[in-house]
Amino acid sequence: MLKVRNLDVHYGDFQALWDISIEVGKGKVVSIIGANGSGKSTLLNTIAGLLKPSHGVIEFRGESIHKLGPHEMVARGISLVPEGRRLFPSLTVFENLIIGSYAPRSRKKRDLALGKVYELFPILKERASQMSDTLSGGEQQMLAIARALMSDPSLILFDEISLGLAPLIIKNIYQTVREINQQGITVVLVEQDVKRSLKAANMAYIILEGKVVLQGEPSTLSEKTVREAYFGL
Amino acid sequence: MQDLLQPIMNGILLGGLYAIIGIGLSMIFGIVKLVNLAHGDLMILASYLSLVFMMLLGVPPLVTFVFAVPAMFFIGFVLQAYLINRVLGKGMEPPLILAFGLSIITQNCLLLVFTPDARSLISSLSVTTIQVAGFLNIPVIYLIDFLIGLVVISVLHQFLQKTYMGRAIRAASDDEGAAQLMGINTKNIYAYAMGIAMITAAIAGVLVGMTFTFYPHTGPQYLTIAFGVVIIGGLGSMIGTFLGGIILGLAQLLGGYFLGPGLQLLSGYVILLIVLTVRPQGIFGRVT
Repeated sequence: MLKVRNLDVHYGDFQALWDISIEVGKGKVVSIIGANGSGKSTLLNTIAGLLKPSHGVIEFRGESIHKLGPHEMVARGISLVPEGRRLFPSLTVFENLIIGSYAPRSRKKRDLALGKVYELFPILKERASQMSDTLSGGEQQMLAIARALMSDPSLILFDEISLGLAPLIIKNIYQTVREINQQGITVVLVEQDVKRSLKAANMAYIILEGKVVLQGEPSTLSEKTVREAYFGL
Repeated sequence: MQDLLQPIMNGILLGGLYAIIGIGLSMIFGIVKLVNLAHGDLMILASYLSLVFMMLLGVPPLVTFVFAVPAMFFIGFVLQAYLINRVLGKGMEPPLILAFGLSIITQNCLLLVFTPDARSLISSLSVTTIQVAGFLNIPVIYLIDFLIGLVVISVLHQFLQKTYMGRAIRAASDDEGAAQLMGINTKNIYAYAMGIAMITAAIAGVLVGMTFTFYPHTGPQYLTIAFGVVIIGGLGSMIGTFLGGIILGLAQLLGGYFLGPGLQLLSGYVILLIVLTVRPQGIFGRVT
């Protein structure tokens, strides 16, 4: 479904990603694991169109998309839950949600999508008229996920969704990620938490200093080799 | 005491006009993060457009809204879509220099076409006053300024709060990147926002032309007023902008009353400095 080939990304003179190639099959959960500053978020932001690659190709459903802007990615069915959630503080919970289906393709199905996300996160329905910055951390993360689902994506990218949350809430969030995947949505997870993301994934890529250093199905990767790759030992 | 009521009344009414002058600047700074140095000049351009329509069609100034408003929306949309959008995201200076350039070009084009003569949009409304309680003389045009100011601010507030596009504008203003991730073409949203800001400039331009005289180079004077309104009221707050206009209007007219007309502008800016010292985010501004 998504193919990234030989991707280089620069911030000015600094090269953040080196010749990255990953492949995400339809209906799969793919984990991208790496330490802080390894380039995981850069990779997701480039797939979502916020950054432009200096070299390489991103293909989605056979179409080359790396020259498109982020709003055009959403229109094609790619949705990113960004690091730090980035909710709109001057909008209510309800308004955050309906802005999520701004793309013309999603706008027609807005009510259907709203019903679905309220089913997934009943708490958001209760909080609909509250301002988004009055929610708790866990609720804010739910809202960020729900907002991304409002565009009716076929591929959803999660950037560090467990960051700063209590263990029990993280468990719930991962349960939700599984449910989203079971609905047929392809998932890419970016995490620092090795154990949890290996457990959730069908396929894992370990990134170190902007390069893929290890890849494979989680069952074939021992925790020891992953750890070594993660820390560059 | 009765003497004092006259400048108070005029100050409040004039504040409504100041609010419309300020709201466009405030909107564009909040949404596009652009300090539109050409805002005053574009407003004066609208005054001249209104003058042209009056002369061509022989209609009274208020009727020229019908032409000036869409014309200014179009000018704002095109300026943003084809000029200003191209320099956004390239640092602080390029948009600022562009806006400054627009200001100079607009002033000089107006000078070229209309000569440096003083103009005004004359109608019977400009010279009529209503007498209240035997001693208050309310200029009808001030009353119109105030009422239209109230309507413009309310409509804009409702638009931003209640419509889908208004919500998208607020989202883009909160976080441009996140808004793009929702499928919003933020550049397009900016073009509409500038178009809307120029609608307010068109309304302000016609009213200024009816209330005062104007020249090709009057723009910066109103830019300063717009800055004053926005700083006193606080950015991004509609009520703040309206009250900011009233406070600035009151400060100027009361200053003129007590200190003489020569010090009218000064007293406005003294209030501005006091607000900046005591509450730098403005009376209704949010701390970010």
